[in-house]
Order: sequence, then structure tokens, then C-alpha cells
Amino acid sequence: MAGYFKSVKKGFKLKNYISYIVITVFLIVSAVMALTGYMNRSTQNLLTQIAYSIILAVSLNLVVGFLGELSLGHAGFMCVGAYLGCFLANYLHTIIPSKLAVLIISMIVGGAIAAVFGFIIGLPALRLKGDYLAIVTLAFGEIVRTIFKNQKIFGGALGLSTKKYGSDLFIVAFIVVLIMLVFIQNLVKSKHGRAITAIRDNEIAAKAMGINVTYYKLFVFVISAFFAGIAGVLYGHYATPVLYSFFSYNYSIEILVMVVLGSMGSINGSIIAAALITYINFQLTTKLSGDLAALKYLIYAIILIAIVIVNNAPALAPIKEKLSIKRLFNKVLGRFIKHKHDPAKRKDDEADWDRIPTKIDMDALLSLDVKPDTSYTPDKREEK
Amino acid sequence: MSTFIDGLSLGSIYALIALGYTMVYGIAKMLNFAHGDIIMVGSYAILTTLALNGHPLIAILAAIIVCTVLGVLIEKLAYKPLRGASPLAVLITAIGVSYLLQSVAQLIFGAQTRPISLVHFEPVVIGGVTISLSAIISLAVGALIMICLTLFIKFTKLGRAMIAVSEDRAAAKLMGINVNMIIMVTFAIGSALAAFASTFYVMQIPNTSPTLGSMPGIKAFTAAVIGGIGSIPGAMLGGVLMGVVEKISLSIPVLAPYTTALEFSLLIIILLVKPTGLLGKKRREKV
Amino acid sequence: MSEKYMLETQDLGISFGGLKAVQGIDLKIRKNQLYGLIGPNGAGKTTIFNLITGVYTPTTGRFFLDGEDLTGKKQEVINHKGIARTFQNIRLFNNMTVVSNVMVGLHNQKEFACSPFASMLRLPVHFESETKMRDRAKELLSIFGLEDERNNLACNLPYGKQRKLEIARALATNPKLLLLDEPAAGMNPNETEELMNTVRFIRDKFDMTILLIEHDLKFVSGLCDEVTVLNFGTSLYHGEVEKALHDPEVVKAYIGK
Repeated sequence: MAGYFKSVKKGFKLKNYISYIVITVFLIVSAVMALTGYMNRSTQNLLTQIAYSIILAVSLNLVVGFLGELSLGHAGFMCVGAYLGCFLANYLHTIIPSKLAVLIISMIVGGAIAAVFGFIIGLPALRLKGDYLAIVTLAFGEIVRTIFKNQKIFGGALGLSTKKYGSDLFIVAFIVVLIMLVFIQNLVKSKHGRAITAIRDNEIAAKAMGINVTYYKLFVFVISAFFAGIAGVLYGHYATPVLYSFFSYNYSIEILVMVVLGSMGSINGSIIAAALITYINFQLTTKLSGDLAALKYLIYAIILIAIVIVNNAPALAPIKEKLSIKRLFNKVLGRFIKHKHDPAKRKDDEADWDRIPTKIDMDALLSLDVKPDTSYTPDKREEK
Repeated sequence: MSTFIDGLSLGSIYALIALGYTMVYGIAKMLNFAHGDIIMVGSYAILTTLALNGHPLIAILAAIIVCTVLGVLIEKLAYKPLRGASPLAVLITAIGVSYLLQSVAQLIFGAQTRPISLVHFEPVVIGGVTISLSAIISLAVGALIMICLTLFIKFTKLGRAMIAVSEDRAAAKLMGINVNMIIMVTFAIGSALAAFASTFYVMQIPNTSPTLGSMPGIKAFTAAVIGGIGSIPGAMLGGVLMGVVEKISLSIPVLAPYTTALEFSLLIIILLVKPTGLLGKKRREKV
Repeated sequence: MSEKYMLETQDLGISFGGLKAVQGIDLKIRKNQLYGLIGPNGAGKTTIFNLITGVYTPTTGRFFLDGEDLTGKKQEVINHKGIARTFQNIRLFNNMTVVSNVMVGLHNQKEFACSPFASMLRLPVHFESETKMRDRAKELLSIFGLEDERNNLACNLPYGKQRKLEIARALATNPKLLLLDEPAAGMNPNETEELMNTVRFIRDKFDMTILLIEHDLKFVSGLCDEVTVLNFGTSLYHGEVEKALHDPEVVKAYIGK
């Protein structure tokens, strides 16, 4: 036991735990405020929205940032969780009096069913890559939505009416966020996370190194869908009715905007971006009405384009390098602390896990083609 | 029978959009997510010209010019800086452009659906079957465009340069082909095709809204994939197939509500069973 | 099978759409041997590597590792059975650190086993295996003089070191047979010399069997016990290196008539 704590202590870096600390403190403060009546309902609702957005963004980041595959069907997994989890919850309410117990059970079941769908959609991911996979996930989301829309038992076009949990739902939601962070951060910072990033960096080499690519791709899709399903159940307890139109691919893209804004492969970034976008969204929806609501999407669009171009344009790389905050920081810091950033002098484990730029050289893969070159044929040789 | 003809005419629209997708994908190696939204812009160009009392032909011309310029502009501003970056980045940018076009259209024209009366053809009766004339026209024009495009690519210098760029961009560059120019021309052609698509679209379904392009866009991409991405006859075949499947499915009451699901399931199945599509070429990764 | 070979291929071949890229390859590599595969460009050397590592499935013939038939197995399974390789065009995990690259190679070894759920819940076994893996990775890196670079990103290493890192990563999978695809490509004479010593060292220290592709004939003749010369996808000659270089057929293939 003592050895265990020793090893925990050895690997301890404040940076890895900062998100837990910040969220816990935030949760305690806001819970106290809410329970003593210092926080109004609307703010509590906002917090619930932020919580499930964080769950969605972080779980999508696992697929996009770490596995390097684009999924446009995240809202589809959420849809599955929301409909089925809340359907179960509606039934459970009749036999279990405790609403918290109902919520927990339905979250687990809704997540598990979404995970099954994650497995199913992970299967094409084994054969398809890049654009094709993106379009398949998009198609999946739309298929799911259409099916729920046409089922009478789920309320059809009117949506599934659910029982709202109450405004203190955000407390439960943030606890779920914490649990999810434990799972996903620990996964990413382990040998399995390494295998997943290895697949992203170079799938062929990963296979040659004996990494079971099939297993890990499915695993990532399952975990990601599981948490998206849970977010769906939370959503269903927050808003009623659960309506198919909410889960359109526009919503999947909204989650993608959070991931991109927070920088792909950075979990802390996803958390901040999810909170920020949800907040802006919340403010805009109350302030903008009618056609001005499009302004929201305009902002998303600009965020997406600007961030991706600035981060990825090859021509901008040297400029970015020059202007990078980290570099500036090091320059200032370097005067006081010598060798801190000399890689050879770095302590183990200090290498950056987060903020690894996603780069799949699909272009190179596509442009390469094994073509029979006639000059090599054995027949030619005989002619000589 | 009339369902089938309806399907063919819807299919010809999908085919026109799919042609644009297939060209851009084949040559620029990217999924231009905003392609469907260029169609939407085209329809608004028609709407605006007609509102200014323009002749329908001028309206169509305006749509072609607006779409072509827009396509080239998007390529220059959003995609060109990302040449050589990861395809994930390009795809996300394309999604961003799609959003941008939709929201700008909504800010300018409003979210509501607006009627457009471009031209109205009386339906004709051939052998006891009522067929709308616009369906026949769009089919004929679609086929004509496909033939012209094939000839253009096969027999002109520019077309052959396009093939070279799609086969091996680096080698094409070394052979003195201006890759950037070729990609720009590809976008121009693809967007002009989108303008044709929007013309026929508003002829058949005479109204428009900011989200007009998104669903047909995705369905046409599906069509392009089914036909085999990068293949011009494939796009045509896939588009027509998609249109016919959609109309037939809509005419069967049990299937009708699930039409979208059916089409997308078709996409998933084709991608899994034959990722190269019906007429596509196989590519192999080199190790 | 009279004698037991580490790698044996029988009539191995593959055709791409009717074109016979490689055919009738019979390699017999004994344990602890340093075996060279040479031949002009396009002779099918890398294709043979791709066949043996499961990237391509052979259309004819079979191959055996240590007597076990591995034909048609998946890449990762073949790796688990004991064949590791490097690539002609380096394929490192560029956005990961040097030490992580090697640790990916260590991933599947039983002594570092740890289920994803144990990692997620940070059970003691996670820390145990992480520490052990890191130590082993550092050990491997030190063979190649890369231990000071371990926290650099792999893409920031100079070319020669990237090649070395690839070998270290392949060794980390604990293979019986190591395939090196042009390990000395792009290295200067000093680096090549050093690499030769390292390859010999690996063979002796790990009791490894090594099959390598190389264009540098000096490298091959200084290192390999036996070679197979390929031309147009078929084997032209096999036997001792010195004799190969004087074989008229081989000379013809390289220089022309």
C-alpha cells in the first residue's frame, strides 16, 4: 500500500490534476450557493448545460484529438442515450421513489446502449478513414434521428416527454464530469493512450509494432459513445421533451467547434472551450431573436475556420513559432532558470502529453499508389 | 412509372451536385462540405435577380457567375492556405465554410422559405404518363454536361493536367503544371455545376431557404461515393440511382418516413462493402 | 524439413492484378544469422518485407518463423509471434516523444500487461508496469545513444537518429527476427560504420536473427554472412557475399551488359 502511494507521488504533477481541483472547488462553491438560495434558476440551468457540454466535448476529443478520426455523429450517440435512457427513467419513476437513483440507473443504461451503438459505428472505422468515416458517422446520426422520430412509443414527431430533475441537476452533472475526467485522463496518460496516439500518428507503424488497431479503435468509439449517451440522459432530465430535431448534425458540429477551439488533443482545452461556447450560446439565445440567431452560427463558422487555418496552415507555421506565447514565456523565464527547457535536462514524464497537433498525412497516403510498373516485369527481362 | 421519372429528374439534380463533389474530391483530394451551400447561394442569386425584374435567363447567368466566383474565392481564402495540412483540418474548415454561408444567407435573407418562380413548364403527357418538362430538361442537360465534362477532361490540355494533378500532385508540379491554378479551375467548374444544379432545383421545387443546400449536398455526396468518387460517369450513375431510390421510397407509405435513413444506410453499406463505389478505382497504400 | 530455420519461405510470391511483383522466393535463414537482401531498385525487396510482415497476403507460397506457419496472419499477430521491422521511409510516431515511441513497441509484452480499466482506475499494476516500461525503454535507447533525447519529439530528431530510433522501437517488441529496410540510407560513412557495429552488437547481445535490405554493398559485405540477390522479383543468386559480388549474373543485373 505504501508502495502504491509512493508511485502515485512519483508521477504526480500538479498540471495533471488542475482540472479536477478547479472543477471540484467550482462545484462546491456553486452547490453551496445554489442550496442556500444565492444562485438563481437560470444560472443553475446554465451550469447543467455547461456540464453536459463538457462531457460531450471531452468524449469527442478522445476520438478526434487522440485517435485522429473525425466523427460527425456525436449528437447521434447523445440522441440514443437521451431517448432510451429517459424512456427507462419514465418507467423507473413509477417503481423507484428516489429521483437520484432513477437518474443514476438511467445514465448507466443509456450510456451502455449508446456504447453498443459506438461499437457498431466503430466497425466501419476499421475500414474507413478521414472523409469517408466522417460522412458515415454523420449518416449514422441522421439515421438514428429519423428512426426515433417515427416511433410512436418515443412520442413520434412531438418528442419523448420526460420528467425534469430539478434545477440542482447541475450538481449531479458536475460529479459525472469529474468521474469522466478521471476515466478519460487516466486512459489517455497510460500505455493505452500511447497506443491510441500511435495509431493516430502512423497507423501502419502501429500495426507493425503489434498494436491491435481494431481493438483500440473500437475501444475509443465505445468509451466516447458511452459518455455521449450519459450526456444525453442528463440532457433529457434537464429539458423536456427530448426531441429528435435537437440532435441534428448541426449539434455534432457545435461539439466539434468546442473541441477545435480548445485545441485537439487537449482535455483541459475542451473543458474551457465547452464552458465558454455554452455560455456564449446561452447569452446569445436569450438576447438574439429571429434571424439574428444566425449570428451564433456565423461566430462558430469564423471560430472554426480561423482556428484551423492559424493552427494548420504550413505557411503560417514560422510566424506562429515566432509569436508563440510559450516561446516568449521561455525567453523571459530562461533568464532566471537555466536549462529548464533543455530537453536533455528535462525530468522524465515532463514531456508534453497534451497539445500534440493532430496530423494524419492522408494526402501522402492518397497520392501513393502501388502501380504495376511494366519495366519490371519478368517478361521484359526475357526479351532482353 | 411517373415515380420513376420523378426519381430520374431528382436524380439528375443529385448527379449535377455529385459531379461537382467528385471533381473536387478527385483533384483537390478534399471533401468540399460547402458544395451544397454554394447551390443555396445560387438559388438566392436567382431569387435576387428575379426580384430586380431580371429575365430568367439573366437570373441563371447571374447564378453561374456568383457561384463560380464564390467557389474560387472560398478555395483561395479557406482551402489554399491549408494545402499540405492534415485532411482533418481541411475537412473542419470546409464544415466551417458551410456554416458561414448558411448563417450569412440567413442574416441577409432571413430563415424563412421563400418562393421562387423561375420558369413554369406545363407537364406533358407521353403515352399516358404525365411527365414534367423540367424533369426532361434537367435530365438532358445533366447528361449533356457529363458528356462535355468527360470530353473536356480527356481531350483538352487543361483536362489532362487535371488528371495529372489528381494522380500525383508532386509529380505534376515537377512537370511544370501549375497545381494551384488547376485546383482553382476545378473549383470554378465544380461551382458552375452547382449553379446549374440550383437552377434545376428551383425549377422543380420552386422555393429556397438558407438550409436548402445541406441535405441535397450530403445526399449528392452519398451519390458520388456510391458511383465511385473521382469518376464522372460514376457520379451521374450514383446521382440518378439516389434520386430514383428516394422517390420510390417516398411513394411507399411504410418506407416514406424512413427515406433519409434508407438513403444513408445505403451509403454506409456501399462504403463498407465496396468503398471504391460502383465505378471507382482501387487505391492501395504503399508501405 | 531437415534443418530448423528461423525464417523459411517456400515459393513465396505475390501478384498485383496479374503482374507478378515477386515470385518463387525461397529464403532459408538460420538462427543468429545476419542475412542480406540486395538487388537493384524495384527488384521487390521491400515487397518481400511486406509479405513477411503481413502487410500483403502472399498469393503463392508460405512462410515459417521458427517452424510456425505465419502465412496470411494479421500484421499485429505476426509481430506478436516475433517479427519486427523498420521502414524504408521512416515511420515514427512523430508527435510523440522518443521514449514514448519505444514504449509503444513494448506495449504488448506480457511483463508490462495492464488492462485499460486498471489504467483508468490507476490500480497499482498501472504504476508498476509504467515504471518498468520506462526503465526498459531507457535501456534500449541507451544502446543507440539516444537516452539524452528521450523527451524530444521524434520528428525533431536528425535523420540518422530517427533511423536508430526505429530500430530501437522494433527491438522493443522483443522479436526473434528483425527486418531492417535500408537502415543505412542517408547516413554518412561514419554513421554507417557506427551502425554496422550497432547491428552486430544487437545480434550478439539479443541473440537476434537479422534480415536486412541495403543498397550499400560495402555495408552488406562487411556485415552479412549470406545474401540473396533479387532482380525482377525473382531470386538471382544466393550464397556468400564475396562470391555474389563476382557472380556474372549479379554484375549484369547491377551494371547491365
